[in-house]
Amino acid sequence: MSRLARPMKSLLLLAGFIASTAGAQTTTATDAPRFGFGRTATAQEIAGWDIDVRPDGHGVRKGKGTVAQGQDIYDAQCASCHGTFGESNRYMAIAGGVKKEDLQAGRASALTKADGMRTVGTKLNSATTLWDYINRAMPWTNPQSLTVDQVYAVTAYVLHLNEIVPADFELNDGNLTKVPMPNRNGMTTQHGLSSVKGKPDVQGSSCMKDCVKEVKIVSTLPDFARNQHGNLAEQKRPMGPVRGIDTTRYEPGKSTVAAAPAAAAAGAPDAKKLIVNNSCTACHGIDNKIVGPSFREVGSKYQGRSDAEAYLVKKIKEGGQGNWGAVPMPPQPTLKDGDAKAIASWILGGAK
Amino acid sequence: MSRGGNSRAVSPGRVVAAPENHISADVIRAARSRRGFLKGGAAVAGAVAAVAGGRAFAQGAGAKPFEPPNVAPWTRALGAPVVALPYGVPSEFEANVVRRQSPGLTPQPQSSVSFTPLQNLFGIITPSGLHFERHHSGMPTIDPAQHRLMIHGMVRRPIVLTMDDILRFPSVSRIHFIECGANSGMEWANVAVPTVQYTHGMLACSEFTGVPLATLLDEVGYDKKNAKFVLAEGADGSALTRTIPLEFALNDVMVVYGQNGEMLRPENGYPLRLLVPGVQGVSSVKWLRRLEVGDKPWNTREESLHYIDLMPSGLHRQYSMVQEVKSVITTPSGGQMLQGKGYYEITGLAWSGRGKVRRVDVSTDGGRNWATARLQEPLLTKALTRFRFDWNWDGSPALLQSRAVDETGHVQPALPQLREVRGTRSIYHNNGIQTWQVNPNGEVWNVQVG
Repeated sequence: MSRLARPMKSLLLLAGFIASTAGAQTTTATDAPRFGFGRTATAQEIAGWDIDVRPDGHGVRKGKGTVAQGQDIYDAQCASCHGTFGESNRYMAIAGGVKKEDLQAGRASALTKADGMRTVGTKLNSATTLWDYINRAMPWTNPQSLTVDQVYAVTAYVLHLNEIVPADFELNDGNLTKVPMPNRNGMTTQHGLSSVKGKPDVQGSSCMKDCVKEVKIVSTLPDFARNQHGNLAEQKRPMGPVRGIDTTRYEPGKSTVAAAPAAAAAGAPDAKKLIVNNSCTACHGIDNKIVGPSFREVGSKYQGRSDAEAYLVKKIKEGGQGNWGAVPMPPQPTLKDGDAKAIASWILGGAK
Repeated sequence: MSRGGNSRAVSPGRVVAAPENHISADVIRAARSRRGFLKGGAAVAGAVAAVAGGRAFAQGAGAKPFEPPNVAPWTRALGAPVVALPYGVPSEFEANVVRRQSPGLTPQPQSSVSFTPLQNLFGIITPSGLHFERHHSGMPTIDPAQHRLMIHGMVRRPIVLTMDDILRFPSVSRIHFIECGANSGMEWANVAVPTVQYTHGMLACSEFTGVPLATLLDEVGYDKKNAKFVLAEGADGSALTRTIPLEFALNDVMVVYGQNGEMLRPENGYPLRLLVPGVQGVSSVKWLRRLEVGDKPWNTREESLHYIDLMPSGLHRQYSMVQEVKSVITTPSGGQMLQGKGYYEITGLAWSGRGKVRRVDVSTDGGRNWATARLQEPLLTKALTRFRFDWNWDGSPALLQSRAVDETGHVQPALPQLREVRGTRSIYHNNGIQTWQVNPNGEVWNVQVG
C-alpha cells in the first residue's frame, strides 16, 4: 500500500468505527472533543510523517529494489561505517553468523552459543524492521534522504549479505513481509517485564541473619582498569566523609595533576569544540579519514586557494559530493556563519 | 571541565559607585561631607584589619588563613551583584560533579550515553543538568514555535498540536525516576567499571510536568474497542520509535514539557517528551513528534535489535519494559576513600518500576547478615527513595550491600540468582545487588560476590 493510500484506509476504518461505537461515548451526539485544542491533521500531513512499517504489513510503501542496485548505494553510503561486507563491529555488525539451517528453523543457532555472533542477521525477526530503520534513520549523518526504491534496494542487499536472499533478488512491497528471517521465531514476550502486573522471574531472599555460609569475592576490577575512567579523585566532591581515590598511581608515568583545558581566545569560537558539538567528528577525524577526509587533508588541499576560507565556509554550510568520493556531505543549515568561519580558518591553519 | 559563564573574576575590595541620583542633592552633600570626615578614621581601622586578618594571615601561628580568629577575604569585600549570572550555575568548586562518558563504551558520542554522578548527589531529585543523556543520532536543536505533535491512527479525530495547544491542556506534576534498561549492563558477567556513576548512573529522578496521555487519547477519540498500542516517535535524526501498550498509556504515561520547574533541557527532549513511569528509559521517547494509535506492536529496531534481553536458551525477551526493584549504596561506594575509622552514614537510592519501595536492608558483611535502613520521606511510586544506615567502621575489611523490597513484595535479587535464570548476555535489566568492598586502608572498590 502506498504512503498516500493509508489515510484512505483510515477513513474507511473510521467510518466503521463511528458506526460501531455510536452511543458508547460520553461526549455529545456531535462527538465534539472536550477541549478542541489543535487542528485536524490532514491526510497529506499524516502521509508526510507516518513512516512506520509493521511486520503485519501496516505502512508498507509501494516500491522495489534489487540486490545489485542496493550494492551500489551501500558501497557509496554505508560501507564506510559498516564495512564492505557488513562485517564491521564498530557498530552492531550488519552481517555474519547466519546458518543455512537457521532459515528453515527461524532460530539463529549462533545465539545459543556463549560467544555466538550477535548481528543484524542473527537477531532480527522481521525484514520490515530493517526497511523501517534504514528509511527513518540511515545514513546516520543524512537520515530520510533515500528514496523508497533505494530503501528497498539497500534492504535487499543487507538481506543478501546475510545469505537470506539470492544475488538476483528483487525486494518489493509484495514480498517484504514474507522474507524468511533467520531469527523470526527467536523472540518471546512470555516474561514478567512486559506488563505492569508481570510476575518477576527472580525473587531475592528476605533472610536477615546467617544467610550465607561463606562470602566469596568472585570478580574484582583489574588494576589496569582502575584509572581507565580517569582519575577518580577528580570525580568526587572534595569534601565530606569520603574522597575519590587518586587512581593516577595505577598508571605509572602519568602526572597526578590533570592538565587544565586551554582557554579559548576571547571572542573567537573554539573550532575544536565546534567540530565536536556540531558532530563534524562523526565523519571527519583530525588526522584520519572516517567517512569523509581528515581535517588536515582538507586543509592541505585548499591552503593554496586565495578564496580558501570562503570556499570552505560554503562547503561546510551547503555540503557536497564528489570532491572526496561518492559519500555526500550533508548540508549544515543550522551552523552559524561565525562558527563555520572559525572551523574553516582552523582547518586551513592545519587543524591543530 | 569548563562551566560556561562561571569564570567571572570578582576582585575583592572593588568599589562600586552607588546609585546616588535617586536621592536629593542635599542628602548627597551631607553624605559626602560625612564620608570626608570619616576618611581618616576608616583608613586607620583598615590598616588594623589588614594586619589581623588581611594580607598578614599567612603568618598566623598555626591558624589556617581564613579560619578564626582570621577573617576571610570574602568577608572583607563587596561581592558580585545580582544577575551576575542570569541563569545560575553551580559553584566553580563543584567542577568534579559532572556527567561523564564511559571510555570505549560507544564509538561515537552522538550515539552514546553520559552517566549521572550519583556519588555526589543528595536526596532524590537529580539536577536537570546532571540527568544522564542517551542519544541515538545526536541531540537536535528544536524551535518550540515550529515543533508539532501529531496524534493519529485508530482515532476519530487525528490532530496536530502546537506547543501553545499542549500547554493549554490540564496538567499534572509527578516525581518519577527514569532508568535506562541497560543501566548496570556492563556488570552482567563481571566487574567492569570503578564507580557508581558508571555502574548505576543511567538513572535520574525529576519532577515532571505535562499532560496525561489519557487526556490526549480521549481528546482524539481513540478506538476503545480495537486499539491496544500507541507508537511514540521522536523528531531527532533517529526518529526513534517505541511501542507503548495501552495498559501503560492509559495508566500514568505523560506527555511532558516541564522538568524540575523549568522546561525540559535540550538533551532530555526539549520541548516535548514522553514519560513512561517505571519503564526503561528508551520508551520515554524524547523530542516527541508523533503518537500513532494501533492494534499491534510495531517491532521497531529499538524493540528487535536493541533493548531485547538474550536468555541462555538463545531466545530474546522482547518488549521487556518494567524496571524491577533495585537499590545501590552511593556513599561509601566504589572509587572512594574513607577518611579514618568511626561513624559513617551509609546512604543510597532504592526504586521500583512497580510502585513504592517498602523496605531497604543493608549488609556490611557481604550479605551474611542484614539490618533495615531508614527510609527518607516522601516515599513515592516509581520514584527514587533515599535510604540511610548508621555504621561505625572499625577499620576492618567490609563488604557493603543494599537490598530493596517493593510494595508488591518483590525482593531485589543477588547477582548469582539473576545469572542462574538469565545468564550473563542479557545486557538489559540487571537489578542485582551491588557490592562495595572496603579495604583496611579505607579504599572502596567495586567487587562481585558469589
